[in-house]
Amino acid sequence: MRRFLSLGLLCLLLLNITVTAQAQTSSTNTADDAAALELLEALDVESYTAKGEAITAILQSDDERARDWLQALLDGRLQRTDDGRFVLVLENRGRDWPVADVLTGEALGEMSRRDLERIGINNNLRNQLRSAIAVVDLYSPNVERRRISAERLLGEVDGELVQPINTLIEQEEDEQVRYRLTQAVAIYRAEAGEMAGVEALDGSLHPRSRVALSRAANSDDPVVGNAAAASLAGIEQQLKINRGLETLYFGLSLGSVLVLAAIGLAITFGVMGVINMAHGELMMLGAYTTWAMQQLLPGQPGLALILSIPAGFMVAALAGIAIERGVIQFLKGRPLETLLATFGISLILQQLVRTVISPLNRTVITPEWMSGSLVINDALSLTLNRMVVLGFALVVFASLMLIMRRTRLGLEVRAVTQNRAMARSMGIRATRVDIMTFALGSGVAGLAGVALSQLTNVGPNLGQNYIIDSFMVVVFGGVGNLWGTLVAGLSLGVINQVLEPWAGAVLAKIIVLVFIILFIQKRPRGLFPQKGRAAEG
Amino acid sequence: MSLTTESSTNFWLTRPFSERSTQIFLGVLLAALALVTILHVAVPPDNPLHVGAYTVNLFGKYLSYALLAVAVDLVWGYLGILSLGHGAFFAIGGYAMGMYLMRQIGDRGTYGHPVLPDFMVFLNWDSLPWFWQGFDMAWFAFAMVLLAPGLLALVFGFLAFRSRVTGVYLSIITQALTFALMLAFFRNEMGFGGNNGLTDFRELLGYNLRSNDTRLGLFLATGVALGLGYILCRAIVTSKLGRVSIATRDAEARTRFLGYRVERFQLFVFVVSAMLAGLAGALYVPQVGIINPSEFSPIFSIEIVLWVALGGRATLYGAVIGAILVNYAKTIFTGVMPDAWLFALGAMFVLVTVFLPKGVAGLFRYLKRRKRDDSANPDHKHTPEEASA
Repeated sequence: MRRFLSLGLLCLLLLNITVTAQAQTSSTNTADDAAALELLEALDVESYTAKGEAITAILQSDDERARDWLQALLDGRLQRTDDGRFVLVLENRGRDWPVADVLTGEALGEMSRRDLERIGINNNLRNQLRSAIAVVDLYSPNVERRRISAERLLGEVDGELVQPINTLIEQEEDEQVRYRLTQAVAIYRAEAGEMAGVEALDGSLHPRSRVALSRAANSDDPVVGNAAAASLAGIEQQLKINRGLETLYFGLSLGSVLVLAAIGLAITFGVMGVINMAHGELMMLGAYTTWAMQQLLPGQPGLALILSIPAGFMVAALAGIAIERGVIQFLKGRPLETLLATFGISLILQQLVRTVISPLNRTVITPEWMSGSLVINDALSLTLNRMVVLGFALVVFASLMLIMRRTRLGLEVRAVTQNRAMARSMGIRATRVDIMTFALGSGVAGLAGVALSQLTNVGPNLGQNYIIDSFMVVVFGGVGNLWGTLVAGLSLGVINQVLEPWAGAVLAKIIVLVFIILFIQKRPRGLFPQKGRAAEG
Repeated sequence: MSLTTESSTNFWLTRPFSERSTQIFLGVLLAALALVTILHVAVPPDNPLHVGAYTVNLFGKYLSYALLAVAVDLVWGYLGILSLGHGAFFAIGGYAMGMYLMRQIGDRGTYGHPVLPDFMVFLNWDSLPWFWQGFDMAWFAFAMVLLAPGLLALVFGFLAFRSRVTGVYLSIITQALTFALMLAFFRNEMGFGGNNGLTDFRELLGYNLRSNDTRLGLFLATGVALGLGYILCRAIVTSKLGRVSIATRDAEARTRFLGYRVERFQLFVFVVSAMLAGLAGALYVPQVGIINPSEFSPIFSIEIVLWVALGGRATLYGAVIGAILVNYAKTIFTGVMPDAWLFALGAMFVLVTVFLPKGVAGLFRYLKRRKRDDSANPDHKHTPEEASA
């Protein structure tokens, strides 16, 4: 691989060609099509060695279309028709493929795949092509491409390349590309046992840097060796911290999902004493609302997602009201029967989704502003969708706290919870409060579903996977206590993630469950038990 | 409840026989067992009244479910503990039986190993784990069928009842228990065959499990176990211990203040119930020919509670009726229109809890009382509320 890279780079530099400059001057400077055709013709030979030479020739040509050809060749999309023309296959799915002319880029309509013949390559050529494309990209006007190709250079630099890369560093305007190129040179130097390289790599978290430093640590020169070993130790320390932060992040993310799932339950279960086994299915309804929104607004997943927040809330809240009016009101004061009845509802809702929509998972698109990740450094990057969900969970929690503490509804709910008869004699319509509370708890489940659609599969079983966990969170935190739910959810999430690396995902979950079972024995009313009269019963 | 106070001086285990409901139940059970046997053995196969081996096997399965339902009714109906984890005891009893049956395969497995079951050979294990030792002996395995679930219930119950975890909390942690066990048994490293479970059984006590006679034998054995389990439960609930249990169910704090160590009664009944569930599981496994971790799933455990609720809580015979009715419905539905089964099951949960809180048994009693009242007082108007009164 290194051989190809240096070869390619040298060629480019020796000929003093800058593709960058070329690309800006458009077609006036293009080598004529006859020459291009000749270059391509050289690719269509039996021998792979000859193909390799042809690739080098294409690289050395100053044709601005070279990169596209090489990329197409790498992807197997550079093909030849029966009558000997070269075409680019735009999409190789189905029976007929849309193709474009290799030279002009003009679309030629669809062609049957039987009339096309691919120009084959082997693994060696694939490597050569990748390197060649990386080299071309270093001169690309596109910053993104330069960044990617500069990162590819880490650990691939050799003696001949140092000088040309240093020249590039001086010309480069982008901070990140410059940093990568400097790092690439430093890795070469450190591996060669040069002190300057070791010093430059100090604190770098990239895996290639560590490889280079550990090689330098075995260097014959004791000064260099010691310096490298010291840097390495420092880097290991840094990595450990970063791994810890990553675990914490994943834990908080899992915890935020648990909080979202459990907080609605904390309201219906904790405040009303109603055990809603259909809570998970209300979440599922929220997730399917997101999916339906995206079907209604094709091409605008972001807008659809934002609209799903109120829509998911409403759908789940209405379903909740239907459940409360239809079933739960008849089972007042019989919590165990409520549990069974709502379990029945959960089965019906699941099967309804299976029958009406599909038993298979639906795809919910993640909008662009939520995909990708926030890169902190070479060892730590935080995925954006999880961060958004974490923030969303906190916002939902804060709004619920506000509703319960600062609004008339919250006041009435608390009054009815504490003493139903007294509240009613004060003129509070307890039935209305029941309906509103249940609608609120269900609506929050819908919100949880909207958030979950961005993290997991949206399918009929979505709710089932969370119901036991959510009950655990509520019970662990202490029934009737929203703060308890927040603390319990986040801490269970973090505990789970901390256990996972050495116990495995399943065992970690088992350990957490057993921990909760034992914890309940010690504190039957959870982390933050209710005090006073409400605690009885 | 027609408690037979006049015969309370009798030996406690014989007391149930003087009850009308027990006499009827045992009579019906014996008649059913005899009828199925006669229709299977004496009626020729081309006769429409003939009961085939498949049906005998199916009835055997229903009877083991019925025993499981009786076990759940004992704790839910008479102790007020809604266990959402009784499937775990059932499954553990089943696994104990499955382990015995696995060892009986000997070297006739696919890999032909003299000692190790196929899945262990597949996982490259070179020796039997310690907890598989002894399962080649029937007496040990059968003891474990009762002891393993009993021990789990003892430890779990000891912790839970001592710290006075009750009501909904107890239900939820029993559910967590069975969920945790399900996850654990799904792991290959546990040594119970992972998600494939234990299967491919050949013989039980030397009888070929695939022969029709063995199937009939298992069906009868399950029927006898159900009868004995029923008598045991009746004996417990009609004893003084049973009355303390009922008192605990209705007013736990008050019973405690009266000086009873409530948690001991709860623990005893809970352990007995777990052992009965384990026995049901052990009878179930050779009849269906497989045991896998799905028996631990929380949904199965909740379904058991539905059987009891549908049949009627705190009657024991109601549990049997419920288990058979629901499972018969399941067999019909999953055969004719499988998609509708979950709708039907869900609807049953809702309708039974809302409209039939006393179950089918409650309906019987209501009709019986109505008939009696009508003959005594023809002008009396009946309201549906009386059914739940």
